[in-house]
Amino acid sequence: MISEAFVEARSLVSRIDPRIRVAAAAGYTSVVAVCDDLTALVASLGVSALLVILARLPLLKVAGRLTVVAGFLALIWALLPLTYGGPVMGRLGPLVFHAPGVRLALQITLKSVAIVTAFIALVATMDIATLGHSLLRLGVPAKVAYLLLMTYRYIFVLEQEYQRLLRAARIRGFKPGTNLHSYRTFAYLVGMLFVRASNRAQRVHQAMKCRGFRGRFYSLARFRASAGSWLFALLMAAVCTGLIWMQTKGFSIGFSI
Amino acid sequence: MHISEGVLSGPVLVSGAALAAAGTAMGLKSLDYDHVARAGILSAAFFVASLIHVPIGPSSVHLILNGVVGLLLGWAAFPVILVALLLQAVLFQFGGITTLGVNTIIMALPAVVCYYLFRSLIHRRRAVGLTAAFACGSLAVLGSALLAAAALVFTEQNFLQIAGLIIAAHLPVMIIEGIVTAFCVRFLQKVQPDMLPGTPAVADTTTY
Repeated sequence: MISEAFVEARSLVSRIDPRIRVAAAAGYTSVVAVCDDLTALVASLGVSALLVILARLPLLKVAGRLTVVAGFLALIWALLPLTYGGPVMGRLGPLVFHAPGVRLALQITLKSVAIVTAFIALVATMDIATLGHSLLRLGVPAKVAYLLLMTYRYIFVLEQEYQRLLRAARIRGFKPGTNLHSYRTFAYLVGMLFVRASNRAQRVHQAMKCRGFRGRFYSLARFRASAGSWLFALLMAAVCTGLIWMQTKGFSIGFSI
Repeated sequence: MHISEGVLSGPVLVSGAALAAAGTAMGLKSLDYDHVARAGILSAAFFVASLIHVPIGPSSVHLILNGVVGLLLGWAAFPVILVALLLQAVLFQFGGITTLGVNTIIMALPAVVCYYLFRSLIHRRRAVGLTAAFACGSLAVLGSALLAAAALVFTEQNFLQIAGLIIAAHLPVMIIEGIVTAFCVRFLQKVQPDMLPGTPAVADTTTY
């Protein structure tokens, strides 16, 4: 089922102003995404790990989420070292491993893990209502933020709707398999989901109008950036500058392949 | 379908983000505040539909349905898919901030193209209409796979094999998406035809 796995943790990170967390996450992950210097990437991995620790997240759960990227990384490790070309690093029977391929695979792995863990620590720890309102304050178009809030509000409702439809189908003896009948059944379930969503939308819209909706969602949350939040912003800015510096200067301390 | 974080190069990420921003701006223009609720709830339906796993042989694939989303929403598919992807990133870490633009283009551009290609064709007589709906579902997925492959190859020429593998892996998905979209569109034509483009809205179809 859909769950917000990382929201409960109260920590240093959760006390930082959500706007600053979102902005820091966007800035930091963008910088890491364009780095390819190995030292810079190892450093960023350290920073991301520190963020996870500061956020006091259950480490096993975070590692579990990394399996999302693990599939693609496995594919990269399986293919790139063998297909890249360039200087040969080692041989294993008929397999030839090329150094640039290994290097690229390593870069991508470090980058992926650093970005995903930082994102979990900074953004996945806030509930989506907070995220929506902080995006709004950060200058994201209002309609996008409202769309996010509406979507968030209804994913749980529609997920239950779908489970109900599926349960009803199962009770009538529906056993999913690889055949046209199953695909048709799923298509009708999805169609019904869209129909119900559309009808619900109409009712919701009417209800919103009755309550005087004029194109604005109000939030009672007051975002106040404390001194600590600004300090965090400053630190993250310093980290980003440091990474860019390592990247441009080719700052390598004997760490190369 | 999404490309995970840390794979693509800076130029690809930036151009993806710029194109996605343009597409989203187009979509927002066609979406006034009276339709935000509808788009949000359809976005939620799309999000849930992408959690549905249909069996294929011993394994299973999850539905994508960007073809259906394109048909139902037109240009508004851009902001709707953007938001669904953002939610997937926050809740499941599928994708993230830096790849949000590229992934939005990958999913939404084929959806909008399919909207223009098939919005009137799906209303033709039985066989033609059914074929059009099938093509809408499968071409949307093919378009997504091609765009994902292109993003990888523009990043690094040596990603060619991986890109090929991604396209190949999506061939069976194309067939399933085609079948599901065809049946889904036929279902909507019977049950709630005014949801589809090119059908005049019936004055009052819902019961309150």
